[in-house]
Amino acid sequence: MTDAPFAISTPTVGGSPRAAEAGAAPKMSARNLDFFYDGFHALKNVNIDIAEKRVTALIGPSGCGKSTLLRIFNRIYALYPKLLAKGEVLLDGENILDPSYALNRLRGKVGMVFQKPVPFPMSIYENIAYAIRHYEKLSKADLDVRVEQALAQGALWNEVKDKLKQSALGLSGGQQQRLCIARAVALKPDVLLLDEPTSALDPIATGKIEQLVAELKEHYTIAIVTHNMQQAARCSDYTAFMYLGELIEFGATDKLFTKPAKQQTEDYITGRFG
Amino acid sequence: MNALASTPLAESAVARRLYTRRALVNRLALVLSCAAALFGLFFLFWILWTTVSRGMAGINLALFTQMTPPPMEQGGLLNAFFGSAVMCLLAILIGTPLGIAAGTWLAEYAGARRIGTVIRFVNDILLSAPSIVLGLFVYTIVVAQMGGSFSALAGAIALAFIVLPVVVRTTDEMLRLVPSQMREAALSLGIPQWKVIGQVLYRSASAGIVTGILLALARISGETAPLLFTAFGNQYWSTDLTRPMASVPVVMNQFAGSPYESWQVMAWAGALVLTAFVLLLSLLARAILLRNKISHD
Repeated sequence: MTDAPFAISTPTVGGSPRAAEAGAAPKMSARNLDFFYDGFHALKNVNIDIAEKRVTALIGPSGCGKSTLLRIFNRIYALYPKLLAKGEVLLDGENILDPSYALNRLRGKVGMVFQKPVPFPMSIYENIAYAIRHYEKLSKADLDVRVEQALAQGALWNEVKDKLKQSALGLSGGQQQRLCIARAVALKPDVLLLDEPTSALDPIATGKIEQLVAELKEHYTIAIVTHNMQQAARCSDYTAFMYLGELIEFGATDKLFTKPAKQQTEDYITGRFG
Repeated sequence: MNALASTPLAESAVARRLYTRRALVNRLALVLSCAAALFGLFFLFWILWTTVSRGMAGINLALFTQMTPPPMEQGGLLNAFFGSAVMCLLAILIGTPLGIAAGTWLAEYAGARRIGTVIRFVNDILLSAPSIVLGLFVYTIVVAQMGGSFSALAGAIALAFIVLPVVVRTTDEMLRLVPSQMREAALSLGIPQWKVIGQVLYRSASAGIVTGILLALARISGETAPLLFTAFGNQYWSTDLTRPMASVPVVMNQFAGSPYESWQVMAWAGALVLTAFVLLLSLLARAILLRNKISHD
Protein backbone atom coordinates (compact mmCIF):
# COMPACT_ATOMS: atom_id res chain seq x y z
CA MET A 1 0.00 0.00 0.00
CA THR A 2 2.15 2.85 1.20
CA ASP A 3 5.17 1.03 -0.12
CA ALA A 4 4.17 1.86 -3.67
CA PRO A 5 6.24 4.71 -5.06
CA PHE A 6 4.22 7.85 -4.98
CA ALA A 7 3.33 9.30 -8.35
CA ILE A 8 4.71 12.77 -7.98
CA SER A 9 3.58 13.87 -11.40
CA THR A 10 -0.16 13.47 -10.78
CA PRO A 11 -0.95 15.27 -7.55
CA THR A 12 -4.49 16.47 -8.38
CA VAL A 13 -7.57 14.33 -8.26
CA GLY A 14 -11.06 15.70 -8.70
CA GLY A 15 -9.71 19.15 -9.49
CA SER A 16 -10.02 20.44 -5.95
CA PRO A 17 -8.37 23.81 -5.50
CA ARG A 18 -4.94 23.51 -3.99
CA ALA A 19 -3.81 25.49 -1.05
CA ALA A 20 -1.79 27.85 -3.10
CA GLU A 21 -2.96 30.89 -1.22
CA ALA A 22 -0.84 31.75 1.74
CA GLY A 23 -2.18 32.65 5.14
CA ALA A 24 -5.61 31.11 5.47
CA ALA A 25 -6.43 32.11 9.04
CA PRO A 26 -5.42 29.51 11.61
CA LYS A 27 -8.37 28.07 13.54
CA MET A 28 -6.27 25.97 15.85
CA SER A 29 -2.60 26.18 16.62
CA ALA A 30 -0.23 24.14 18.69
CA ARG A 31 2.58 26.11 20.35
CA ASN A 32 5.65 24.38 21.78
CA LEU A 33 3.59 21.29 22.36
CA ASP A 34 5.15 18.34 24.17
CA PHE A 35 3.38 15.12 25.06
CA PHE A 36 4.33 12.32 27.41
CA TYR A 37 2.98 8.78 27.74
CA ASP A 38 3.93 7.85 31.28
CA GLY A 39 7.33 9.46 30.83
CA PHE A 40 7.81 8.55 27.16
CA HIS A 41 8.32 11.73 25.16
CA ALA A 42 5.87 11.21 22.29
CA LEU A 43 5.63 14.73 20.87
CA LYS A 44 8.58 17.08 20.84
CA ASN A 45 8.05 20.81 20.62
CA VAL A 46 5.40 20.70 17.92
CA ASN A 47 4.23 23.96 16.35
CA ILE A 48 1.48 23.77 13.78
CA ASP A 49 -1.42 25.87 12.49
CA ILE A 50 -4.65 24.23 11.39
CA ALA A 51 -6.11 26.59 8.81
CA GLU A 52 -9.78 27.51 8.96
CA LYS A 53 -12.04 25.73 6.48
CA ARG A 54 -9.18 23.81 4.98
CA VAL A 55 -8.12 20.22 5.21
CA THR A 56 -4.85 19.59 7.00
CA ALA A 57 -3.41 16.09 6.70
CA LEU A 58 -1.03 14.57 9.23
CA ILE A 59 1.18 11.86 7.77
CA GLY A 60 4.13 9.84 8.94
CA PRO A 61 5.13 6.28 9.81
CA SER A 62 3.45 4.37 12.65
CA GLY A 63 4.32 5.75 16.06
CA CYS A 64 5.34 9.16 14.74
CA GLY A 65 2.80 10.94 16.95
CA LYS A 66 0.27 12.00 14.33
CA SER A 67 -2.69 10.39 16.11
CA THR A 68 -1.38 11.62 19.44
CA LEU A 69 -1.38 15.17 18.12
CA LEU A 70 -4.95 14.80 16.86
CA ARG A 71 -6.07 13.35 20.18
CA ILE A 72 -4.74 16.40 21.99
CA PHE A 73 -6.93 18.71 19.92
CA ASN A 74 -10.09 17.58 21.74
CA ARG A 75 -8.29 16.33 24.85
CA ILE A 76 -9.68 12.84 24.41
CA TYR A 77 -6.33 11.62 25.75
CA ALA A 78 -7.48 12.91 29.16
CA LEU A 79 -9.59 9.77 29.44
CA TYR A 80 -6.48 7.77 30.31
CA PRO A 81 -4.16 8.14 33.29
CA LYS A 82 -0.50 9.08 33.15
CA LEU A 83 -0.71 11.11 29.96
CA LEU A 84 0.58 14.65 29.99
CA ALA A 85 0.51 17.50 27.48
CA LYS A 86 2.71 20.56 27.91
CA GLY A 87 2.63 23.74 25.89
CA GLU A 88 -0.35 25.45 24.33
CA VAL A 89 -3.06 24.55 21.89
CA LEU A 90 -5.08 27.58 20.86
CA LEU A 91 -8.62 27.39 19.55
CA ASP A 92 -9.73 30.84 18.43
CA GLY A 93 -6.99 32.23 20.64
CA GLU A 94 -7.96 30.37 23.82
CA ASN A 95 -5.69 27.73 25.28
CA ILE A 96 -7.67 24.49 25.38
CA LEU A 97 -5.06 22.77 27.53
CA ASP A 98 -5.85 25.18 30.33
CA PRO A 99 -7.72 23.09 32.95
CA SER A 100 -10.30 25.86 33.23
CA TYR A 101 -11.33 25.25 29.61
CA ALA A 102 -14.36 22.99 30.08
CA LEU A 103 -13.87 19.64 28.39
CA ASN A 104 -17.42 19.33 27.16
CA ARG A 105 -17.39 22.82 25.74
CA LEU A 106 -14.22 21.94 23.85
CA ARG A 107 -15.63 18.68 22.55
CA GLY A 108 -18.79 20.40 21.43
CA LYS A 109 -16.63 22.57 19.20
CA VAL A 110 -14.09 19.99 18.13
CA GLY A 111 -15.69 16.80 16.86
CA MET A 112 -13.85 13.57 16.22
CA VAL A 113 -14.25 10.51 14.01
CA PHE A 114 -12.22 7.39 14.68
CA GLN A 115 -10.50 4.71 12.69
CA LYS A 116 -13.06 2.05 13.50
CA PRO A 117 -16.65 3.14 12.93
CA VAL A 118 -18.43 3.17 16.31
CA PRO A 119 -22.16 3.59 15.90
CA PHE A 120 -23.93 3.58 19.25
CA PRO A 121 -26.16 0.56 19.90
CA MET A 122 -29.36 2.41 19.01
CA SER A 123 -31.34 3.29 15.90
CA ILE A 124 -29.85 5.31 13.07
CA TYR A 125 -32.10 8.23 14.01
CA GLU A 126 -31.18 8.02 17.69
CA ASN A 127 -27.47 7.95 16.90
CA ILE A 128 -27.78 11.48 15.54
CA ALA A 129 -30.58 12.76 17.77
CA TYR A 130 -28.90 11.58 20.97
CA ALA A 131 -26.05 14.04 20.65
CA ILE A 132 -28.22 16.93 19.47
CA ARG A 133 -30.64 16.46 22.35
CA HIS A 134 -27.82 16.85 24.80
CA TYR A 135 -27.21 20.40 23.61
CA GLU A 136 -30.60 21.64 22.49
CA LYS A 137 -34.22 21.23 23.50
CA LEU A 138 -35.97 20.82 20.18
CA SER A 139 -39.47 19.88 19.17
CA LYS A 140 -39.90 16.54 17.44
CA ALA A 141 -40.33 18.28 14.08
CA ASP A 142 -37.23 20.44 14.53
CA LEU A 143 -35.22 17.45 15.66
CA ASP A 144 -36.34 15.50 12.59
CA VAL A 145 -35.09 18.35 10.40
CA ARG A 146 -31.74 18.45 12.17
CA VAL A 147 -31.29 14.69 11.89
CA GLU A 148 -32.08 14.82 8.19
CA GLN A 149 -29.65 17.70 7.66
CA ALA A 150 -26.89 15.87 9.49
CA LEU A 151 -27.45 12.64 7.58
CA ALA A 152 -27.51 14.61 4.33
CA GLN A 153 -24.23 16.26 5.28
CA GLY A 154 -22.84 12.84 5.99
CA ALA A 155 -23.95 11.78 2.48
CA LEU A 156 -26.03 9.04 4.04
CA TRP A 157 -29.61 10.36 3.95
CA ASN A 158 -30.64 8.75 0.67
CA GLU A 159 -29.45 5.35 1.81
CA VAL A 160 -31.11 5.35 5.23
CA LYS A 161 -34.16 7.62 4.99
CA ASP A 162 -36.52 4.63 4.88
CA LYS A 163 -34.95 2.80 7.79
CA LEU A 164 -34.22 5.46 10.38
CA LYS A 165 -35.72 3.33 13.14
CA GLN A 166 -33.46 0.36 12.41
CA SER A 167 -30.37 -0.38 14.43
CA ALA A 168 -27.29 1.46 13.26
CA LEU A 169 -25.33 -1.73 13.83
CA GLY A 170 -26.94 -3.18 10.70
CA LEU A 171 -25.27 -0.65 8.40
CA SER A 172 -22.19 -1.51 6.36
CA GLY A 173 -18.80 -0.34 7.59
CA GLY A 174 -18.69 2.57 5.15
CA GLN A 175 -22.21 3.62 6.05
CA GLN A 176 -21.39 3.38 9.74
CA GLN A 177 -18.41 5.64 9.25
CA ARG A 178 -20.52 8.21 7.39
CA LEU A 179 -23.04 7.96 10.23
CA CYS A 180 -20.24 8.78 12.67
CA ILE A 181 -19.28 11.79 10.56
CA ALA A 182 -22.93 12.86 10.40
CA ARG A 183 -23.16 12.47 14.18
CA ALA A 184 -20.14 14.70 14.64
CA VAL A 185 -21.32 17.41 12.23
CA ALA A 186 -24.83 17.34 13.72
CA LEU A 187 -23.43 19.36 16.62
CA LYS A 188 -22.18 22.02 14.19
CA PRO A 189 -18.62 21.90 15.47
CA ASP A 190 -15.93 24.29 14.31
CA VAL A 191 -13.29 21.66 13.83
CA LEU A 192 -13.56 18.06 12.70
CA LEU A 193 -10.79 15.63 13.59
CA LEU A 194 -10.59 12.48 11.49
CA ASP A 195 -8.30 9.76 12.81
CA GLU A 196 -7.57 7.41 9.90
CA PRO A 197 -11.26 7.41 9.01
CA THR A 198 -10.91 5.11 6.01
CA SER A 199 -8.31 2.59 7.08
CA ALA A 200 -10.98 0.03 7.98
CA LEU A 201 -12.96 0.58 4.78
CA ASP A 202 -12.91 -0.79 1.24
CA PRO A 203 -11.87 1.44 -1.70
CA ILE A 204 -15.41 2.40 -2.72
CA ALA A 205 -16.39 3.43 0.80
CA THR A 206 -13.04 5.23 1.08
CA GLY A 207 -13.81 7.18 -2.10
CA LYS A 208 -17.15 8.29 -0.67
CA ILE A 209 -15.57 9.48 2.57
CA GLU A 210 -12.90 11.41 0.68
CA GLN A 211 -15.54 13.07 -1.45
CA LEU A 212 -17.42 13.91 1.71
CA VAL A 213 -14.33 15.49 3.24
CA ALA A 214 -13.99 17.71 0.19
CA GLU A 215 -17.61 18.86 0.65
CA LEU A 216 -17.37 19.33 4.40
CA LYS A 217 -14.44 21.73 4.25
CA GLU A 218 -16.81 24.42 2.99
CA HIS A 219 -18.15 24.58 6.53
CA TYR A 220 -15.61 22.98 8.80
CA THR A 221 -11.96 23.09 9.63
CA ILE A 222 -10.68 19.56 9.15
CA ALA A 223 -7.61 17.75 10.39
CA ILE A 224 -7.13 14.22 9.10
CA VAL A 225 -4.61 11.62 10.14
CA THR A 226 -3.87 9.15 7.40
CA HIS A 227 -1.54 6.29 6.68
CA ASN A 228 -2.21 6.64 3.05
CA MET A 229 -0.11 9.26 1.29
CA GLN A 230 -2.21 9.23 -1.83
CA GLN A 231 -5.18 10.08 0.34
CA ALA A 232 -3.34 13.01 1.91
CA ALA A 233 -2.39 14.20 -1.57
CA ARG A 234 -5.94 13.80 -2.87
CA CYS A 235 -7.93 15.49 -0.19
CA SER A 236 -5.81 17.90 1.82
CA ASP A 237 -4.74 21.49 1.36
CA TYR A 238 -1.91 21.33 3.85
CA THR A 239 0.17 18.39 4.92
CA ALA A 240 2.31 17.89 7.97
CA PHE A 241 4.94 15.18 7.93
CA MET A 242 5.85 13.84 11.35
CA TYR A 243 8.59 11.48 12.38
CA LEU A 244 9.54 10.20 15.84
CA GLY A 245 7.42 12.77 17.61
CA GLU A 246 8.69 15.74 15.69
CA LEU A 247 7.02 17.82 13.05
CA ILE A 248 9.56 17.51 10.23
CA GLU A 249 7.88 19.52 7.54
CA PHE A 250 4.62 21.35 7.17
CA GLY A 251 3.28 23.22 4.18
CA ALA A 252 0.94 23.28 1.22
CA THR A 253 0.18 19.73 0.12
CA ASP A 254 1.24 20.43 -3.47
CA LYS A 255 4.60 21.65 -2.42
CA LEU A 256 5.26 19.00 0.19
CA PHE A 257 4.59 16.19 -2.24
CA THR A 258 6.35 17.71 -5.26
CA LYS A 259 9.22 19.69 -3.78
CA PRO A 260 9.75 18.61 -0.21
CA ALA A 261 12.26 20.75 1.62
CA LYS A 262 13.60 18.03 3.88
CA GLN A 263 15.38 14.85 2.87
CA GLN A 264 13.35 12.78 5.41
CA THR A 265 10.09 13.95 3.89
CA GLU A 266 11.27 13.01 0.43
CA ASP A 267 12.43 9.60 1.62
CA TYR A 268 9.06 8.94 3.22
CA ILE A 269 6.84 10.07 0.39
CA THR A 270 8.89 8.15 -2.15
CA GLY A 271 8.46 5.02 -0.04
CA ARG A 272 12.05 4.62 1.05
CA PHE A 273 10.98 4.07 4.66
CA GLY A 274 7.86 3.80 6.71
CA MET B 1 13.17 -27.39 -13.37
CA ASN B 2 15.03 -28.03 -10.22
CA ALA B 3 15.82 -31.69 -9.57
CA LEU B 4 14.92 -31.32 -5.93
CA ALA B 5 11.43 -30.13 -6.78
CA SER B 6 10.58 -33.31 -8.70
CA THR B 7 10.05 -35.40 -5.52
CA PRO B 8 7.80 -33.49 -3.16
CA LEU B 9 8.85 -33.89 0.46
CA ALA B 10 5.31 -34.86 1.42
CA GLU B 11 5.52 -37.98 -0.78
CA SER B 12 8.62 -39.42 0.88
CA ALA B 13 8.42 -42.60 2.95
CA VAL B 14 9.41 -40.74 6.12
CA ALA B 15 6.61 -38.23 5.65
CA ARG B 16 4.04 -40.95 5.03
CA ARG B 17 4.96 -42.73 8.23
CA LEU B 18 4.66 -39.43 10.03
CA TYR B 19 1.19 -38.83 8.60
CA THR B 20 0.02 -42.30 9.54
CA ARG B 21 1.20 -41.79 13.09
CA ARG B 22 -0.46 -38.37 13.32
CA ALA B 23 -3.74 -39.80 12.01
CA LEU B 24 -3.64 -42.50 14.69
CA VAL B 25 -2.83 -40.06 17.48
CA ASN B 26 -5.62 -37.83 16.24
CA ARG B 27 -8.11 -40.68 16.30
CA LEU B 28 -7.02 -41.73 19.79
CA ALA B 29 -7.38 -38.20 21.15
CA LEU B 30 -10.81 -37.92 19.57
CA VAL B 31 -12.00 -41.19 21.11
CA LEU B 32 -10.71 -40.22 24.55
CA SER B 33 -12.30 -36.79 24.55
CA CYS B 34 -15.63 -38.19 23.33
CA ALA B 35 -15.53 -40.78 26.11
CA ALA B 36 -14.87 -38.10 28.69
CA ALA B 37 -17.78 -36.03 27.40
CA LEU B 38 -20.11 -39.04 27.45
CA PHE B 39 -19.01 -39.90 30.98
CA GLY B 40 -19.97 -36.41 32.17
CA LEU B 41 -23.23 -36.36 30.22
CA PHE B 42 -24.21 -39.78 31.55
CA PHE B 43 -24.34 -38.53 35.15
CA LEU B 44 -26.04 -35.33 34.15
CA PHE B 45 -28.83 -37.22 32.41
CA TRP B 46 -29.03 -39.70 35.26
CA ILE B 47 -29.65 -36.83 37.69
CA LEU B 48 -32.19 -35.26 35.36
CA TRP B 49 -33.95 -38.58 34.78
CA THR B 50 -34.18 -39.33 38.49
CA THR B 51 -35.52 -35.86 39.19
CA VAL B 52 -38.12 -36.09 36.44
CA SER B 53 -39.24 -39.67 37.10
CA ARG B 54 -39.52 -39.19 40.85
CA GLY B 55 -40.76 -35.63 40.70
CA MET B 56 -43.59 -36.31 38.27
CA ALA B 57 -45.32 -38.45 40.88
CA GLY B 58 -45.83 -35.41 43.05
CA ILE B 59 -46.85 -32.94 40.36
CA ASN B 60 -50.53 -32.15 40.72
CA LEU B 61 -52.75 -29.15 41.19
CA ALA B 62 -52.57 -29.40 44.98
CA LEU B 63 -48.81 -28.85 44.83
CA PHE B 64 -49.39 -25.30 43.61
CA THR B 65 -52.54 -24.49 45.58
CA GLN B 66 -52.08 -25.92 49.08
CA MET B 67 -49.77 -25.27 52.00
CA THR B 68 -47.06 -27.57 53.30
CA PRO B 69 -48.88 -30.28 55.28
CA PRO B 70 -48.04 -32.07 58.51
CA PRO B 71 -46.65 -35.57 58.00
CA MET B 72 -48.88 -38.10 56.24
CA GLU B 73 -51.43 -35.51 55.18
CA GLN B 74 -52.23 -34.10 51.78
CA GLY B 75 -50.92 -30.69 50.86
CA GLY B 76 -48.73 -28.68 48.53
CA LEU B 77 -45.82 -26.29 48.42
CA LEU B 78 -47.63 -23.04 47.69
CA ASN B 79 -46.19 -21.21 50.74
CA ALA B 80 -42.69 -22.42 49.82
CA PHE B 81 -42.99 -21.37 46.17
CA PHE B 82 -44.33 -18.00 47.27
CA GLY B 83 -41.60 -17.57 49.87
CA SER B 84 -38.86 -18.46 47.42
CA ALA B 85 -40.25 -16.06 44.83
CA VAL B 86 -40.53 -13.20 47.33
CA MET B 87 -37.08 -13.67 48.85
CA CYS B 88 -35.33 -14.23 45.51
CA LEU B 89 -36.94 -11.17 43.95
CA LEU B 90 -36.14 -9.07 46.98
CA ALA B 91 -32.54 -10.31 46.90
CA ILE B 92 -32.30 -9.36 43.21
CA LEU B 93 -33.84 -5.96 43.99
CA ILE B 94 -31.24 -5.34 46.70
CA GLY B 95 -28.23 -6.92 45.02
CA THR B 96 -28.65 -5.71 41.45
CA PRO B 97 -28.53 -1.91 41.86
CA LEU B 98 -25.63 -2.18 44.32
CA GLY B 99 -23.83 -4.65 42.08
CA ILE B 100 -24.31 -2.61 38.92
CA ALA B 101 -23.15 0.54 40.69
CA ALA B 102 -20.06 -1.16 42.09
CA GLY B 103 -19.25 -2.89 38.79
CA THR B 104 -19.62 0.40 36.97
CA TRP B 105 -17.24 2.09 39.35
CA LEU B 106 -14.70 -0.68 38.88
CA ALA B 107 -14.89 -0.64 35.10
CA GLU B 108 -15.29 3.07 34.43
CA TYR B 109 -13.89 5.06 37.34
CA ALA B 110 -11.33 2.93 39.17
CA GLY B 111 -8.93 3.02 36.23
CA ALA B 112 -5.53 1.63 37.14
CA ARG B 113 -5.93 2.56 40.79
CA ARG B 114 -4.81 0.02 43.36
CA ILE B 115 -8.07 0.20 45.28
CA GLY B 116 -9.87 -1.09 42.16
CA THR B 117 -7.64 -4.16 42.01
CA VAL B 118 -8.16 -4.78 45.72
CA ILE B 119 -11.94 -4.49 45.46
CA ARG B 120 -12.00 -6.81 42.45
CA PHE B 121 -10.01 -9.35 44.45
CA VAL B 122 -12.26 -9.07 47.50
CA ASN B 123 -15.29 -9.41 45.26
CA ASP B 124 -13.87 -12.63 43.82
CA ILE B 125 -13.49 -13.95 47.33
CA LEU B 126 -17.10 -13.07 48.09
CA LEU B 127 -18.05 -14.79 44.84
CA SER B 128 -16.61 -18.06 46.03
CA ALA B 129 -17.52 -17.70 49.70
CA PRO B 130 -19.41 -20.74 51.02
CA SER B 131 -23.05 -19.72 51.20
CA ILE B 132 -23.42 -21.03 54.72
CA VAL B 133 -20.86 -18.46 55.86
CA LEU B 134 -23.01 -15.73 54.33
CA GLY B 135 -25.99 -17.19 56.16
CA LEU B 136 -24.17 -17.09 59.50
CA PHE B 137 -23.00 -13.56 58.79
CA VAL B 138 -26.52 -12.33 58.13
CA TYR B 139 -27.71 -14.23 61.17
CA THR B 140 -25.27 -12.20 63.25
CA ILE B 141 -25.90 -8.79 61.72
CA VAL B 142 -29.67 -9.06 61.14
CA VAL B 143 -31.38 -11.89 62.99
CA ALA B 144 -29.43 -11.54 66.25
CA GLN B 145 -29.90 -7.76 66.18
CA MET B 146 -33.65 -8.19 65.78
CA GLY B 147 -33.89 -10.14 68.99
CA GLY B 148 -33.21 -13.48 67.37
CA SER B 149 -36.33 -13.49 65.26
CA PHE B 150 -35.95 -15.17 61.87
CA SER B 151 -37.43 -13.21 59.00
CA ALA B 152 -37.95 -13.27 55.25
CA LEU B 153 -36.08 -9.99 55.08
CA ALA B 154 -33.00 -11.56 56.65
CA GLY B 155 -33.29 -14.41 54.13
CA ALA B 156 -33.46 -11.95 51.25
CA ILE B 157 -30.41 -10.08 52.56
CA ALA B 158 -28.44 -13.32 52.80
CA LEU B 159 -29.36 -14.16 49.20
CA ALA B 160 -28.50 -10.62 48.14
CA PHE B 161 -24.95 -11.24 49.34
CA ILE B 162 -24.78 -14.06 46.79
CA VAL B 163 -26.28 -11.91 44.03
CA LEU B 164 -24.01 -8.95 44.71
CA PRO B 165 -20.61 -10.35 43.69
CA VAL B 166 -22.08 -12.05 40.60
CA VAL B 167 -23.58 -8.79 39.39
CA VAL B 168 -20.45 -6.78 40.27
CA ARG B 169 -18.35 -9.20 38.29
CA THR B 170 -20.57 -9.37 35.19
CA THR B 171 -21.15 -5.62 35.10
CA ASP B 172 -17.42 -4.97 35.43
CA GLU B 173 -16.54 -7.51 32.76
CA MET B 174 -19.27 -6.57 30.32
CA LEU B 175 -18.43 -2.88 30.55
CA ARG B 176 -14.76 -3.60 30.03
CA LEU B 177 -15.66 -5.57 26.93
CA VAL B 178 -17.21 -2.44 25.39
CA PRO B 179 -14.51 -1.15 23.04
CA SER B 180 -12.77 1.96 24.31
CA GLN B 181 -13.55 3.61 20.96
CA MET B 182 -17.21 3.62 21.98
CA ARG B 183 -16.35 5.67 25.07
CA GLU B 184 -14.08 7.95 23.08
CA ALA B 185 -16.70 8.46 20.38
CA ALA B 186 -19.40 9.34 22.88
CA LEU B 187 -17.15 11.56 25.00
CA SER B 188 -15.96 13.28 21.82
CA LEU B 189 -19.48 14.59 21.38
CA GLY B 190 -19.03 16.54 24.60
CA ILE B 191 -21.44 14.34 26.52
CA PRO B 192 -20.54 13.98 30.21
CA GLN B 193 -19.20 10.65 31.40
CA TRP B 194 -22.16 9.66 33.59
CA LYS B 195 -24.50 10.14 30.63
CA VAL B 196 -22.21 8.21 28.34
CA ILE B 197 -22.19 5.32 30.79
CA GLY B 198 -25.94 5.41 31.39
CA GLN B 199 -27.07 5.88 27.82
CA VAL B 200 -24.42 4.35 25.59
CA LEU B 201 -22.24 1.89 27.49
CA TYR B 202 -25.09 0.22 29.41
CA ARG B 203 -26.87 -0.39 26.13
CA SER B 204 -23.81 -2.09 24.76
CA ALA B 205 -23.35 -4.18 27.85
CA SER B 206 -27.02 -4.77 28.73
CA ALA B 207 -27.37 -8.27 27.31
CA GLY B 208 -24.40 -9.49 29.31
CA ILE B 209 -25.51 -7.77 32.50
CA VAL B 210 -29.08 -9.10 32.24
CA THR B 211 -27.68 -12.57 31.65
CA GLY B 212 -25.58 -12.23 34.78
CA ILE B 213 -28.64 -11.22 36.81
CA LEU B 214 -30.64 -14.17 35.48
CA LEU B 215 -27.84 -16.59 36.33
CA ALA B 216 -27.61 -15.07 39.81
CA LEU B 217 -31.35 -15.63 40.18
CA ALA B 218 -30.94 -19.23 39.04
CA ARG B 219 -28.22 -19.73 41.61
CA ILE B 220 -30.05 -18.26 44.62
CA SER B 221 -33.31 -20.04 43.84
CA GLY B 222 -31.65 -23.29 44.89
CA GLU B 223 -29.66 -21.98 47.86
CA THR B 224 -30.54 -23.63 51.16
CA ALA B 225 -27.74 -22.85 53.57
CA PRO B 226 -28.13 -19.05 53.72
CA LEU B 227 -31.84 -19.44 54.47
CA LEU B 228 -31.50 -21.94 57.32
CA PHE B 229 -30.46 -19.35 59.90
CA THR B 230 -32.26 -16.38 58.38
CA ALA B 231 -35.69 -17.02 56.91
CA PHE B 232 -35.82 -20.34 58.74
CA GLY B 233 -39.08 -21.77 57.40
CA ASN B 234 -42.77 -21.58 57.95
CA GLN B 235 -45.37 -24.25 57.76
CA TYR B 236 -48.11 -21.75 57.08
CA TRP B 237 -48.92 -19.07 54.56
CA SER B 238 -47.12 -15.84 55.48
CA THR B 239 -46.59 -12.60 53.62
CA ASP B 240 -45.00 -10.76 56.51
CA LEU B 241 -41.38 -9.93 55.70
CA THR B 242 -40.50 -9.62 59.38
CA ARG B 243 -41.67 -13.20 60.12
CA PRO B 244 -40.11 -16.52 59.16
CA MET B 245 -40.99 -17.60 55.64
CA ALA B 246 -40.96 -20.94 53.84
CA SER B 247 -38.81 -21.58 50.79
CA VAL B 248 -38.51 -24.48 48.35
CA PRO B 249 -34.94 -25.56 49.17
CA VAL B 250 -35.45 -25.43 52.92
CA VAL B 251 -38.70 -27.40 52.68
CA MET B 252 -36.95 -29.92 50.43
CA ASN B 253 -34.20 -30.22 53.00
CA GLN B 254 -36.74 -30.96 55.67
CA PHE B 255 -39.04 -33.23 53.62
CA ALA B 256 -36.46 -35.25 51.73
CA GLY B 257 -34.70 -36.28 54.93
CA SER B 258 -37.93 -37.27 56.65
CA PRO B 259 -39.20 -40.83 56.98
CA TYR B 260 -42.66 -39.91 55.62
CA GLU B 261 -43.27 -40.96 52.05
CA SER B 262 -45.77 -38.18 51.30
CA TRP B 263 -43.13 -35.63 52.29
CA GLN B 264 -40.45 -37.33 50.21
CA VAL B 265 -42.66 -37.26 47.12
CA MET B 266 -43.28 -33.59 47.65
CA ALA B 267 -39.56 -32.91 48.02
CA TRP B 268 -38.95 -34.57 44.65
CA ALA B 269 -41.75 -32.55 43.10
CA GLY B 270 -40.16 -29.39 44.50
CA ALA B 271 -36.82 -30.47 43.05
CA LEU B 272 -38.39 -30.95 39.63
CA VAL B 273 -40.06 -27.53 39.64
CA LEU B 274 -36.83 -25.90 40.80
CA THR B 275 -34.79 -27.67 38.13
CA ALA B 276 -37.27 -26.70 35.43
CA PHE B 277 -37.16 -23.09 36.62
CA VAL B 278 -33.35 -22.97 36.54
CA LEU B 279 -33.29 -24.63 33.12
CA LEU B 280 -35.75 -22.06 31.85
CA LEU B 281 -33.65 -19.20 33.21
CA SER B 282 -30.52 -20.61 31.57
CA LEU B 283 -32.30 -20.95 28.26
CA LEU B 284 -33.60 -17.41 28.57
CA ALA B 285 -30.10 -16.12 29.32
CA ARG B 286 -28.74 -17.96 26.29
CA ALA B 287 -31.51 -16.61 24.09
CA ILE B 288 -30.79 -13.04 25.17
CA LEU B 289 -27.08 -13.43 24.50
CA LEU B 290 -27.68 -15.08 21.16
CA ARG B 291 -30.16 -12.48 19.97
CA ASN B 292 -27.77 -9.74 21.00
CA LYS B 293 -24.92 -11.41 19.14
CA ILE B 294 -26.94 -11.66 15.95
CA SER B 295 -27.95 -8.02 16.08
CA HIS B 296 -24.33 -7.00 16.64
CA ASP B 297 -22.90 -8.96 13.72
